[in-house]
Amino acid sequence: MTSRIELRAAPHVSKGASVERIMFNVVVALLPICAFAVVQYGLSALALIVTTTLTCMASERLFNRLAGRPAALSDWSAAITGLLLALTLPPAFPLWMAAVAGFVAIALGKALFGGIGYNVFNPALVGRAFVQAAFPAAITTWVPAYYDGRFTAFIPTTLTAPLMTPPNLSEWVGRHAVDGFTGATPMARWKFENQIAEVGDFLSGMATASVGETSAPLILICGLFLAVRGFLDWRIPVAVLGSAMLLALVFHLADPGRYPPPVFVLLSGGLVLGAVFMATDMATSPVTPLGVWLYGALIGALTVVIRYFGGLTEGVMYAILIGNALAPLLDQLTPPRVFGQARGGLRDHFRRKPETRP
Amino acid sequence: MTFLSFLRNNSFARGVHPDARKSTAGSPIRRMPFASRMTLPLAQHIGTPAVPLVRAGEEVVRGQPIARADGHLSVPIHAPADGVIEAIELKPSARGPWVESIVLRVYEASTQEIRWAEPRDLEALSPAELLRAIQDSGMVGLGGATFPSHAKLSVPESHPIHTLIVNGCECEPYLTCDHRLMLEYPADLMVGIRLAMRAIGASRAIIGVEDNKLDAAAAMRAQLPADGDITVRVVPTKYPQGAEKMLIKALLDVEVPPGKLPMHVGVVVNNVGTLTQLGQLLPAGQGLTERVVTVAGPGIGKPGDYWVPIGTPMRTVLGWAGVPDADAREIVLGGPMMGLAVASLDVPVTKGVSGILVFDPRPEESAAGRREYPCIKCGECVRVCPMGLNPSMLGMLAAHREYDRMGAEFHLGECFECGCCAYVCPSRIPLTQQFRAAKGILRRRAG
Ligand code: SF4
Ligand code: SF4
Repeated sequence: MTSRIELRAAPHVSKGASVERIMFNVVVALLPICAFAVVQYGLSALALIVTTTLTCMASERLFNRLAGRPAALSDWSAAITGLLLALTLPPAFPLWMAAVAGFVAIALGKALFGGIGYNVFNPALVGRAFVQAAFPAAITTWVPAYYDGRFTAFIPTTLTAPLMTPPNLSEWVGRHAVDGFTGATPMARWKFENQIAEVGDFLSGMATASVGETSAPLILICGLFLAVRGFLDWRIPVAVLGSAMLLALVFHLADPGRYPPPVFVLLSGGLVLGAVFMATDMATSPVTPLGVWLYGALIGALTVVIRYFGGLTEGVMYAILIGNALAPLLDQLTPPRVFGQARGGLRDHFRRKPETRP
Repeated sequence: MTFLSFLRNNSFARGVHPDARKSTAGSPIRRMPFASRMTLPLAQHIGTPAVPLVRAGEEVVRGQPIARADGHLSVPIHAPADGVIEAIELKPSARGPWVESIVLRVYEASTQEIRWAEPRDLEALSPAELLRAIQDSGMVGLGGATFPSHAKLSVPESHPIHTLIVNGCECEPYLTCDHRLMLEYPADLMVGIRLAMRAIGASRAIIGVEDNKLDAAAAMRAQLPADGDITVRVVPTKYPQGAEKMLIKALLDVEVPPGKLPMHVGVVVNNVGTLTQLGQLLPAGQGLTERVVTVAGPGIGKPGDYWVPIGTPMRTVLGWAGVPDADAREIVLGGPMMGLAVASLDVPVTKGVSGILVFDPRPEESAAGRREYPCIKCGECVRVCPMGLNPSMLGMLAAHREYDRMGAEFHLGECFECGCCAYVCPSRIPLTQQFRAAKGILRRRAG
């Protein structure tokens, strides 16, 4: 008789937050960025996005089954990895290589660590780092945005047969390029030719970039949508962008001839995309509020340092991966102050001392 | 007060804002009739169980002591109605195990009249005699803690008390019993506050009320004595504002250090419900025989606040409140954040039951729908824990059974099981439940 009563431990109410809800909202927030990428790069971008997303979801399913975990894709996290991965790849990237990236992202970036929540590194960036090393030529082949006929035909390299080297694109690019297209990213042009792109070039998508990197304002709006709804920790993008701009400003002021203005640093490469959608990956960022600030600031500063002094033109990806690796340590170093415990340390230094008597 | 003090949030850090759902706040407290049979567990308080003073077959009158306190940390139990003692036997309790209880068969002619009272001249009593009188009344913390009131008010001389804090926050969703008491019995509350101040030697009292109960604050302000010793302060509505340490922080901006009690910072906290009852019972020389209980939840016929005789079976209360199918529902004693789900409807209302909440069975949240994910390290729990703990880390350690590390490195002992972390967790990890279990294991290990 009494056995029908439900027995559950307190609390008996919940805020209603769920992993599915968070992840689904991130997917929704990524869709406008994907759509914009398709407008810019046409069929090839669409195929790229679909390919990585499907491979990621299929791999997730495969590994969940192998590991005996509930094979639910309903948490959308694999879809996010797929979408993000596509956005970091060059538009002309061959689809078979993109599929490899997607598989590696889930296999090495996620399943190896034990699946959702246990991964140390952002899976999308693991996939991207892998293909950066495996296919150095393809990952630096750029095409102009808004080229004619992008909605009716693929870029020739897109459909390269699996395991084949993609054809050389320079002739195709020559036919489709608008004036001033150089085939190098603004970051590379600055680094190797000391040319600084105009702000207008970035915002209009005229600067060469990966699929989803050329729409900083759109990315910020989508990020804001998530932050307002509580699905994204706003501190991370603020810290990343803030520290990157600040450091860039210091360099620029010290030697304006050599170092570009901060806005160039902000808009070039994947900084905004990385700050808003990749550094904020919950599983791979710290949980303590102070740890989060430090993590963001570290990523921003590392990005600038790698860009200015490293051999690479693109620093965000590695900066975030380093940040991911340090996240558990940051958590350990910045425990919240236990209620009633004596104040001290960096953070509490700025707070009022407690009164012992009212 | 510095000139910047208005910048300071007049509350504690973190916490959550659950839906209040206090729809029962608007209607007066009603009285529930006597059940035909009542069950009075001997242990309704924290401490040593009471010792029966009656035998099966004995007739008792309403208000008569039927069990006596056993030592200092114990209180007597009074008969809630006229009737005859049927048995003293093991009966199911809210927590599950069967406990020794006095079963009373109530006479149909039993009236509301209290027929056993020893009025005393309270003014003439010394603090020690006053504490004795409080113990005789059977009073315990009615907010749910059930710590004997006289023990709470007995402060060692090494810790002089400057302030009595009166907790009128009632921060748990659904519950409105304290709200109604503040509205309807502010004069009794003032009497109770005066008595408690005398017992602990405090020179002032501050009543803390959340800002969603401004009518209660106004009702109490109208009754404040002219000498200004008692004040009413409105604090922000936030859970768990009614936790002792949080309220002290909000009202006095003092933090009770880890492992210490309010008295270590010169404060004693008492709940408004407790002090209102104290103000009613002590001058009349009566014992605690009934309390106000909020009966609420979705789909109840007659939700509201009721004076319920202690010992009334849950099934009877729910029947009167219009819950015919109570067996199929989830029943929670207390508030939804910290309350206890009951295993059997045959358990009685005891001194610590502030609310009886009836929730619908939730098929959409059945096992599959409520899949628990691994911690995704969203950090929400860290951002809401009022004690400044890291529930994410504690949860991971609990999963690995590293209880010692939870206690030694991550301050598990400071967790007071408020439920904020589990409330926000998107992975639906039963964090609070894990911590409760871990604390139990550590306690047992310590012997
Ligand atoms: S239940 Fe414990 S750990 Fe969780 S929020 Fe409350 S005090 Fe913190
Ligand atoms: S709220 Fe839950 S998922 Fe988020 S960090 Fe805490 S334990 Fe992990």
